[in-house]
Amino acid sequence: MSEKFEVHEHDVLVIGAGGAGLRAAIEALNSGATVGVVCKSLLGKAHTVMAEGGVAAAMGNVDASDNWKTHFCDTMRGGKFLNNWRMAQLHALESPERVRELEQWGALFDRTDAGEIMQRAFGGHTFKRLCHVGDRTGLEIIRTLQDRGVHLGFDVFMECTVTRLLKDGDKIAGAFAYWREQGRFVVFKAKAVVIATGGIGKAWKVTSNSWEYTGDGLTVAYEAGAELMDMEFVQFHPTGMVWPPGVQGILVTEAVRGEGGILRNRLGERFMEKYDPKRLELSTRDVVARSIYTEVKEGRGTEHGGAYLDISHKPAEYVKRKLPGMFHQFKELADVDITKGPMEVGPTLHYTMGGIHVEAETGAATVPGLFAAGEAAAGMHGANRLGGNSLSDLLVFGKRAGAAAATHAKNAGVLKVEQTQIDEAEREMLAPFERTGEGPYEIHRELQDTLQKLVGIFRNEADLKEALNKIGEFKARAARVHVDGSRLFNPGWHLARDLQSMLTAAETVTRCALARKESRGAHSRIDFPNYDAEWGKKNNIIVKENGEMKLRERLVPQMPEELKQLFADDK
Amino acid sequence: MADIVMAVHRGDASGGKTVEYKVPLSPGMVVLDALHYIQGHLSPDFAVRWNCKAGRCGSCSAEVNGKPRLTCKTRMDSLPQDKPITVLPLKAFPVIKDLVTDVSWNYEVNRKIPAFSARPGTNWKMYQEDVDRPQEFRKCIECFLCQNVCHVLRDHGKHAEYGGPRYFVRVAGLEMHPLDGLSRIKGVRNQMGIGLCNITKCCSEVCPEEIHITDNAIIPLKERVVDQFYDPLVWIAHKLKGSESGS
Repeated sequence: MSEKFEVHEHDVLVIGAGGAGLRAAIEALNSGATVGVVCKSLLGKAHTVMAEGGVAAAMGNVDASDNWKTHFCDTMRGGKFLNNWRMAQLHALESPERVRELEQWGALFDRTDAGEIMQRAFGGHTFKRLCHVGDRTGLEIIRTLQDRGVHLGFDVFMECTVTRLLKDGDKIAGAFAYWREQGRFVVFKAKAVVIATGGIGKAWKVTSNSWEYTGDGLTVAYEAGAELMDMEFVQFHPTGMVWPPGVQGILVTEAVRGEGGILRNRLGERFMEKYDPKRLELSTRDVVARSIYTEVKEGRGTEHGGAYLDISHKPAEYVKRKLPGMFHQFKELADVDITKGPMEVGPTLHYTMGGIHVEAETGAATVPGLFAAGEAAAGMHGANRLGGNSLSDLLVFGKRAGAAAATHAKNAGVLKVEQTQIDEAEREMLAPFERTGEGPYEIHRELQDTLQKLVGIFRNEADLKEALNKIGEFKARAARVHVDGSRLFNPGWHLARDLQSMLTAAETVTRCALARKESRGAHSRIDFPNYDAEWGKKNNIIVKENGEMKLRERLVPQMPEELKQLFADDK
Repeated sequence: MADIVMAVHRGDASGGKTVEYKVPLSPGMVVLDALHYIQGHLSPDFAVRWNCKAGRCGSCSAEVNGKPRLTCKTRMDSLPQDKPITVLPLKAFPVIKDLVTDVSWNYEVNRKIPAFSARPGTNWKMYQEDVDRPQEFRKCIECFLCQNVCHVLRDHGKHAEYGGPRYFVRVAGLEMHPLDGLSRIKGVRNQMGIGLCNITKCCSEVCPEEIHITDNAIIPLKERVVDQFYDPLVWIAHKLKGSESGS
């Protein structure tokens, strides 16, 4: 191994310090492994802090009839049966215990009158199921996990970005990264790597995602030979802010609707009566997002091109207690008092259902030694995720991936990394300083505009083909990108690398979207507006072969008969 | 809309200066938007720390026109438009580059605070009135604005013997957790130096989460320190037993 670089060695390296990464790290520690956690931001700032409404777990504290089977069925129906049934089952079975565990580590959820964890209603959930803390549930979870992990003793490498996975033959052996602060390179040697890097929202213009969400984890896994799955399914959350322009896309929690918020168009019509008369505002996110989009497109949108979301019929004190974040967000950023009048909202890119293809029980990817959990992994949510199911997903599968990674590490033996891999990773990172092309910002803006316009809520073949062409052009430009300044905390340099990840992610989404000739969940094709029974049996898989991106189909695993019976009443 | 001049700190640990950039205004724009404009159009290596841009993560703290603020929640139209808007890094921490400071000291303080430890035999029942108080402290987004304005850190640099308001809030959250079984009061007095706080309430004024840091966290902790260490009856009892107060 090179003397030039700072080298760290752990049994398990976790990339990403959101809920999934931290939960995985805690479990790997519990299993006796040494653990390093690498994260792009400061600890505790990961996107999990943005999760507002709650964590879904069939605890039955408010609706005593709730149980894992109902949660399982809700999840499968929400995902339009493209989910990995086993993941959905494990998730429904284990999430109550994962939530209780958080409480035992010091988390303080809102309470029922009986002194239990409070649960609220959310879209697509049959019962009141979301355990929450006002509208800052994610913050509570990340602080709890962060403090737990720090005290158990994992090593944290903050503001450090992984650019490549390192391998010994076909096995994962570590990762190459740079410190954002000083720009120095660092080699992490590890026997198992857990990817928990979240999604890819920053490739779109209107998104609730932070700068970190550039698909690095998916990209390094793909480059290392791992399969990606279901990439066509990106979730547009129905309610992001639309005005003023600077705040466009910032999340307005589904809890507003969970607490009784009503959607209306410019004419004052409660339009969800038309699109989903039974579930109304608490329909699934794909349906509500399409409904708002359609209202705006057909000329019934608000002044700034959205819909009105109104909670002001509830007592002001209640709104401020249950939705304090929303109250302040609108007051400070949009001059709107949500206890007195409606918010203006519209769809915003929020979540990536697709990701690294994993084994249900362990989170193992298709490359030995590589694991993935949370938003970075695929399968759990199928074609559309229910609100509240991501916080429970990251707890359930974070734990499972952490345990499996630790077990793998125990049996991994001695691993070696060829110096050439490290030299190549270094060369790749330094190249932009030596080139003379354009900077990365303009390409990023054009990519965001392109995906927003051509790979949005409603898609068609011509748009997707145009998007694919443009992504090809952006890739060519990105390969020549130039960076000014030094390696010291240089955002232009960081973006030059992130741009590569976003372009890879964008290409996978577009290719899968082009292939799936039907509409299902979050993927709506204008040219194929209906479900297709054949496509309902297939997942799209992306894999790198001989240096090229290949797309293939794989059959969705069939659930056993006893689980099928649960859906016997469905038409 | 018109342009506005942003006067931002450029430099690193070895020194720096204020540089002016002209930025176009748009409706509802926040200071972080202006900083991003500089980065995306005028100076690509301009260093700013940020994440959620929604006031939830506490990453984008800086001193705007001399006041410590989250730049993502500071509206441009709330500031005077006829002179440059200055944006400087947090003063209480060393500059890494431009607006990015080294806040790693905070994580070291946190690491020393004993974690939540449940009382043995608890049944995990808690009522809302019991969790209201600690929930206030758990709203903290770790923007470190309170640390930045605290005189003990900002003017006297006593980082080595003081925890700062953020971590008094954290300890208060643990101490007032209805099911926690530890006492951290000795550490609050000895390692975290709560006696150095002279209750000027600067921290409470800048908290974007409106946590009543001084009234609800620091003063009650100070009272507990007094009860354990300075109550004459407790003091005599400990002397007779030969043990240190508050242990």
